[in-house]
Amino acid sequence: MCLFQSVMNYFPEEVLEHVFDFLTSHRDRNAVSLVCKSWYSVEKFSRKKVFIGNCYAVNPERLIARFPRLRSLILKGKPHFADFNLVPHDWGGHVYPWIEAMAKSRINLEELRLKRMVVSDESLKLLAKSFPNFKSLVLVSCEGFTTNGLAAIASNCKFLRELDLQENEVDDRKGHWLSCFPESCTSLVSLNFACLKGEVNAAALERLVARCRNLRSLRLNHALPLEVLQKILVQAPQLNDLGTGSFTHDPNSETFIKLKNAVKNCHSIRSLSGFLDVNGRCLPAVYPICANLTALNLSYAPGIFSNELTKLIRHCKKIERLWILDTIGDKGLGVVANTCKELQELRVFPSDLYGVGNAAVTEEGLVAISAGCPKLNSILYFCQQMTNAALITVAKNCPNFIRFRLCTLNPIVPDAATNQPLDEGFGAIVQSCKGLTRLSVSGQLTDQVFLYIGMYAEQLEMLSIAFAGDSDKGMLYVLNGCKKLKKLEIRDSPFGNMALLSDMGKYETMRSLWMSSCQVTLGACKTLAEKMPRLNVEIISENEGGAGEVEARLDDRDRVEKMYLYRTLVGPRTDAPDFVRTL
Amino acid sequence: MEKNGSGLETELRLGLPGGTEVEKNEKKRVFEEFDDKAAVHKNQVVGWPPVAAFRRKNSFNGGKMYVKVSMDGAPFLRKVDLSMHKGYSELVTSLEDLFGCFGIGEALKEDEKNNEFVPIYEDKDGDWMLLGDVPWEMFANSCKRLRVMKRAEANGVGLHAKDLLKGLSKEE
Repeated sequence: MCLFQSVMNYFPEEVLEHVFDFLTSHRDRNAVSLVCKSWYSVEKFSRKKVFIGNCYAVNPERLIARFPRLRSLILKGKPHFADFNLVPHDWGGHVYPWIEAMAKSRINLEELRLKRMVVSDESLKLLAKSFPNFKSLVLVSCEGFTTNGLAAIASNCKFLRELDLQENEVDDRKGHWLSCFPESCTSLVSLNFACLKGEVNAAALERLVARCRNLRSLRLNHALPLEVLQKILVQAPQLNDLGTGSFTHDPNSETFIKLKNAVKNCHSIRSLSGFLDVNGRCLPAVYPICANLTALNLSYAPGIFSNELTKLIRHCKKIERLWILDTIGDKGLGVVANTCKELQELRVFPSDLYGVGNAAVTEEGLVAISAGCPKLNSILYFCQQMTNAALITVAKNCPNFIRFRLCTLNPIVPDAATNQPLDEGFGAIVQSCKGLTRLSVSGQLTDQVFLYIGMYAEQLEMLSIAFAGDSDKGMLYVLNGCKKLKKLEIRDSPFGNMALLSDMGKYETMRSLWMSSCQVTLGACKTLAEKMPRLNVEIISENEGGAGEVEARLDDRDRVEKMYLYRTLVGPRTDAPDFVRTL
Repeated sequence: MEKNGSGLETELRLGLPGGTEVEKNEKKRVFEEFDDKAAVHKNQVVGWPPVAAFRRKNSFNGGKMYVKVSMDGAPFLRKVDLSMHKGYSELVTSLEDLFGCFGIGEALKEDEKNNEFVPIYEDKDGDWMLLGDVPWEMFANSCKRLRVMKRAEANGVGLHAKDLLKGLSKEE
């Protein structure tokens, strides 16, 4: 070590920096910075990309002090269960303080990627004005901004390469934000506005596409009709990734024929999505590009019937990532299994949330896929029913799962054949899939499934539990067994104080723990908060009255409705609303 | 707390039977743990299935949710787009605009003494339900058609027993 140290010290810092450039993973760079003071220093000043999985684990000041030359930042805000309306609206996750701090410190920000954060127009305007080299903005599941904010980005970011809006709640002000890209803007590589509800100026879009010769990825919104798509494809046959807007037209019309020809010319498209508002008879227009597709997302296209879906899929032999609705049915999944031998990731979403479930897939479809697709490693599957036998078969067929998320439409449905809990099935999955990093379980489940998870899921980083388990033992098996656990989220399960408090130090090794509608009491949460100063333990009430009212109602023996705890370097957050109390 | 096979809670406690602090909290929960299997079967649990809110709003029927609305005494029906409303009060305002009348929302409030109109809807099971009982999104996804009934006509329209009883007691 000493010899090595002195050898390394011969190299000037620039060389060290150059060597570190080859380290792209955050974990590697974090490890490097622990070696010695000089490596820490070189790494610190050369670090360009920073990932912060929980925006409240640190604060902007510390980020800037630690990595003063950062150029690219990824921030995540609300807990995952916020997606399912379990977190009240104004909980937090504001990006403004981060942008403000970086602007003040003259950070040379080029890329910003946000997930589940509140992004105000003010933030976007400040972003647009403050960072002259800004290149890439990716917003996923965010809210709080309008098209006015987008207009500011379009107008001011001279070198913008990427504007990628995925599944955000955007208030559409019907201004012409797209027209705000100046004529001088030719740098766009990726533009995704599929989640916007309002009209965009089609002519402005066509001109924009025509002058951005490096455009590779374009996803249109619902408001843009087929005619516009056709014109755009003529201008941009070099696209790799296309999201159609609306895809409905008279298949005999001239426009449609022109579209077919334009599509034929797009030899580079590898990823296809959209079909928002679709006429199934128009689908054949895309058949010519299906053979080379590696990603296909039809999950926002409920208008495509099962037979049309399968006809389309038969053309897609190279698909690696497929997102569809359960309208495909078990039979359709059989077609996928026979056709898509390169399939790695499959997501099957429910098409009918509250109905009696006409469509819906069952264990049969899942088994067929597992048998037919040897490269399958990631699945999200919403289904009507499941059996242990099927899961055991799937586990045998696919030992390579890294993500396995199963969601039965009835959260406590037992094995459809034997009426037993689904413990054995999930047990088989964790035992077989040694590389599993993410797991969501559902169906009727006892403590036994958690015994299996604790015993076998050695690489597990994220676990989602709902309506499962019998007692504290279940949660204890997981906390004791899963050494690499980072995120644990639990709802409506009978886990309580004993489980919560048994290994308090564990939570400092994790990013966060969410527990709602469980058995933990306020007193236990207080104990935890007191013993673990480096955790924020938040009690979240529904939006009824201020914190004073909350405190008047709850005493230590009362169960806490929602608790979210996370490790942090910076203590209780200063922006918590009334209904969030950090103990 | 142990749960036996039939899903009943069999916790032994010392003390008087009746309400405790803990039970007060339980009322707040939309889903009573394992007490109401019917709610679970009908997928009326908040946030289940775990489909992201954005996806819920946008992947069904291209977002638009037009349903017919009939008003007792009006010669023709109207249509209203549920996806354009964020909640019951907005819907009621639209209905009042459509039919040029006031007071449709009164039935949703606690004090029902003076409402002339009773807004009801037919759900996916074919049952006629009083507007306002379930969370907005659940309603929007299960509503097939709306009807604004005049209270005087409340009898014999297939309202659920609880509401029929309410109607009967008002009539006395």
